[in-house]
Amino acid sequence: MTTTQDFPDTSKTIARSSIDSADTSKLQARPNVAEAWHQTMGFASRALKKMRRQPEQFADVAIQPILFTMMFGYIFGGAISGDVADYLPIMVPGILAMTCLTASMATGVQLREDMDTGVFDRFKTLPVARIAPLAGPMIADLLRYGIAAILTFVSGLVMGYRPEGGAGGVMAAVLLVVITGWSLSWAFAYVGTVARSAQGVQGISMMVLFPLTFLSNAFVPVETLPNWLQWFVNINPISHVVSGVRDLANAGTFSGEVGWALLGCAVVIGIFAPLTVKSYQRSQ
Amino acid sequence: MGDTGIMIETQSKVHRIPAVRTRGLVKTFGNYTAVDGIDLEIQQGQIFGVLGPNGAGKTTMIKMLATLLKIDAGHAQIFGLDVDAEPHKIRQLIGVTGQYASVDEQLTGRENLRLIARLQGLGRRKSKAIAAELLKEFGLLQAADKPLSTFSGGMRRRLDLAASLITRPPLIFLDEPTTGLDPRTRNQMWDTIRNLVASGVTVLLTTQYLEEADQLADRIAVIDRGRIVAQGTPTELKDSIGGSSLQVTLADQTAEGAARQIISHNFGPEAIHTSGQGQLTVAMQQANDAATVLLALRDDNVDVASIKVQEPSLDDVFLAITGKAPAVDSATTKEVSA
Repeated sequence: MTTTQDFPDTSKTIARSSIDSADTSKLQARPNVAEAWHQTMGFASRALKKMRRQPEQFADVAIQPILFTMMFGYIFGGAISGDVADYLPIMVPGILAMTCLTASMATGVQLREDMDTGVFDRFKTLPVARIAPLAGPMIADLLRYGIAAILTFVSGLVMGYRPEGGAGGVMAAVLLVVITGWSLSWAFAYVGTVARSAQGVQGISMMVLFPLTFLSNAFVPVETLPNWLQWFVNINPISHVVSGVRDLANAGTFSGEVGWALLGCAVVIGIFAPLTVKSYQRSQ
Repeated sequence: MGDTGIMIETQSKVHRIPAVRTRGLVKTFGNYTAVDGIDLEIQQGQIFGVLGPNGAGKTTMIKMLATLLKIDAGHAQIFGLDVDAEPHKIRQLIGVTGQYASVDEQLTGRENLRLIARLQGLGRRKSKAIAAELLKEFGLLQAADKPLSTFSGGMRRRLDLAASLITRPPLIFLDEPTTGLDPRTRNQMWDTIRNLVASGVTVLLTTQYLEEADQLADRIAVIDRGRIVAQGTPTELKDSIGGSSLQVTLADQTAEGAARQIISHNFGPEAIHTSGQGQLTVAMQQANDAATVLLALRDDNVDVASIKVQEPSLDDVFLAITGKAPAVDSATTKEVSA
């Protein structure tokens, strides 16, 4: 009775009429890693297609880096470092961290919007790894973080920033920022799966984002802060990312700060990736 | 994990696992019990209709079977596999079409189908071929590369359905496939569904439309407030509320009460339904009963303006079982009054 149909290269497809336990026992209990990867890339390419169709999605990563670099540089440069050129090596890494944070926040917002459309329910009924619909768009978002990081550096260069870490250091710094953005996007994606609406995600994320960015060493020297605040700034993972980026771009050294930043990223993924997948599965 | 064998009754010529089998299926949302102990058994190759009004629990039930919602109590098996324990296997056996499980608005029809094909492990070329094949099969080839916003309601549904058929799953859930479609498009959809079953697929169809269940389903379960209140073939269900009925319109509206009393002598008050506007419907056991009614009325000088013999429709079944009129829809009213 098991007339396995000759249908596309998958053993998953079984005869449509008269199925018995011999057929169903051939089915896979869960997707393997290769399949999960393949499915993730499928979702990534879907996200890229959608980005191409809605170029306004790039507004935050295209405009914000340029605008903020100029603004912060010319406004605070004189006050903090005496002149703009001296401020740039301190500030550009700070802006980088900030832009990748905002960009990863958008990941959470978009995920929520996406989940509110019917298509996510269809994805859930497909024999697809549960992590793939989440990881796919996040991989596509690497492009956004890359654009944000590169534009920030370019704006800095235009304003007179000469990173002493050289091309290699700058590239390593961009990479660190992209990795950070990607790991943080898991945290925002988690918010995306638990919040009720896209606006909710935006609101909650902003509350997390502002303290993390400004209560760090991103824009001002830590020594100028009150003691109690220094304590927080020093444990803020964003401070480590900023210091790491500074070490890479300004000195070309892979310092302990870079290590701490990467460790922080790993911890964020370790906590939020499972949480997100679980909460995504439960959400309707 | 290999424990998939379920004993099935031996009446059918072949021993086959039921496509769907549930026992005491329950889903609650807070205090509200949406699905309240449903037992279903759907044989392979059947179109099984689940008929019920809005909020009866149809969609909730499908969502549980389709692994979209957690089963709170009871259990469900699909082709002998436990839905709760082996969701990934279940997902390889089903296709789901409903208003919630739709397609991506921002992609074209072709892109949607190719994406879903690729996600299910088909190679680039195979995905392309299958997308083209399905678009053709569902008459969507011309609109294939246009944005979905230009699609009509019927085209959308066809695309939704096509997306569920990419790997040709043996069991398809169709959750209200024609709700909101105009009658002509609905008829096209029905043809599509019939063709589907001709190829051996099992279909679990939910609908608010009695005519739809009557037209398509081999078996029907009537569901109300999360429970199955009746089950059988369309004919069985119609038979269950007795034979045909006689509709009498009186010449004098005010005589309704009198007429009712006269007929009650022979048929009992429960067999009579009055409209309040001079119209009585009498449930009959046999055709001869019509004469009895008319003679009794004439003997008491109650004038009859017109009569009509009506075969029972699923509407009547629905009314008889749930005490509620079914969903009002133009498509359901025309054909049943023969």
